[in-house]
Amino acid sequence: MAKEIDRVGLPVAHVATIVPISLTVGANRIVPAIAIPHPLGDPRLPSDEERELRLNLVRKALQALQTEVESQTVFD
Amino acid sequence: MARGKYRIVHYLNQFFAQIGGEEKANTPPLIKEGAVGPGIPLQQVLGEEGEIVATVFCGDNYFAENIETARAQVVEYVSSYTPDVFVAGPAFAAGRYGIACADSCSAVREKLGIPVVTAMYQENPALDIYRKDAYIIPTAGSVLGMKDAIPKMAALVRKLGLGQTVGTPEEEGYFPRGIRVNQFVDQTGAERAVDMLLSKLKGEPFQTEYLMPTFERIPPSPAIKDLASTTIALVTSGGIVPLGNPDRIEAASASKFAEYNIAGIDDLTADAYQTCHGGYDPTYANEDPDRVLPLDAMRILEKSGTIGRLHDLYYITVGNATSVANAQKFGRDIAERLKATDVGGVILTST
Repeated sequence: MAKEIDRVGLPVAHVATIVPISLTVGANRIVPAIAIPHPLGDPRLPSDEERELRLNLVRKALQALQTEVESQTVFD
Repeated sequence: MARGKYRIVHYLNQFFAQIGGEEKANTPPLIKEGAVGPGIPLQQVLGEEGEIVATVFCGDNYFAENIETARAQVVEYVSSYTPDVFVAGPAFAAGRYGIACADSCSAVREKLGIPVVTAMYQENPALDIYRKDAYIIPTAGSVLGMKDAIPKMAALVRKLGLGQTVGTPEEEGYFPRGIRVNQFVDQTGAERAVDMLLSKLKGEPFQTEYLMPTFERIPPSPAIKDLASTTIALVTSGGIVPLGNPDRIEAASASKFAEYNIAGIDDLTADAYQTCHGGYDPTYANEDPDRVLPLDAMRILEKSGTIGRLHDLYYITVGNATSVANAQKFGRDIAERLKATDVGGVILTST
């Protein structure tokens, strides 16, 4: 799906837990996520810290969208 | 006692059957005895063991535009010569001819139960449609590849004609058909896997037993220039839906995606949203769906002016065992819908 969105000229950040799959399928801007059942959260953290973690991941995804890339890039 | 010659019927288009060019492309199927055009060198390579008893030919446009009629007629003609093997082409990169060759092969195999062989260029659109149905030999993209293609086709036709066992795609040089064959080997899977890994670590060649599909690459879209004035959309394959999953998105092998309006909602809560994704423990996503679809974070960044706006609709499907073909279809549809709005960038989350 990331590829089809990229194809129409819309930059897309793929926040994905299994980065190798995202790379294999062909997403161009990849942001590694936390875990499969909670990619943008961590239930072990207090809720305010968890929200901060999520905000940081989303900021990273937005940063990826603002970065020109030539080929597949993982934003660690 | 000498075994009788095995019998071959060959399929060609109007051009290779020497009927004419595009002006004859509407010619319906016909058959004549013996080898014609590329069938002549094919017969030479096959020698005395096999014989091209007849050649069926048809105009490329006729076949493409009347595929069911043409296919039925070809099968009938082929059947009347009771061949042991059917061979078509080579079609090289020709799209209509490739379809005609491969479709004839597929129909002959299905109706007459005999082995079928064709040949074409790797980017011929017929390859992916019919690769399971026929042995398809790779050729060059143009007729210049004829002299290489003929001996390869002949080698496979001969094996099939003599009723010999056909080996793997690597051994015989045909495109992989996606067929798995059980075989007995001395080493267990674990031993073979470790051997492969050791070879890989040493930089030595090794042969995988399960080739992963290859995916087309798309050039990255240009970056967002001014985030503070850009509308961002959320898309997820993580299955976050309104409670009760009103559109019945499947937990695995999804056949559809959905769009839901989140205008005026600042946080996804357990009493209104859930995940419908199978294959992972849904506890955490159900407890706080923002863990998969980060609506709360997007609203904070919208209010602080980091992004221009969050798009009113989000798109959701389930990635669990969903076919690449379906994911592509959903992706295309979602992309078209987003393209029609002022959305300038997308965050796609996957579990």
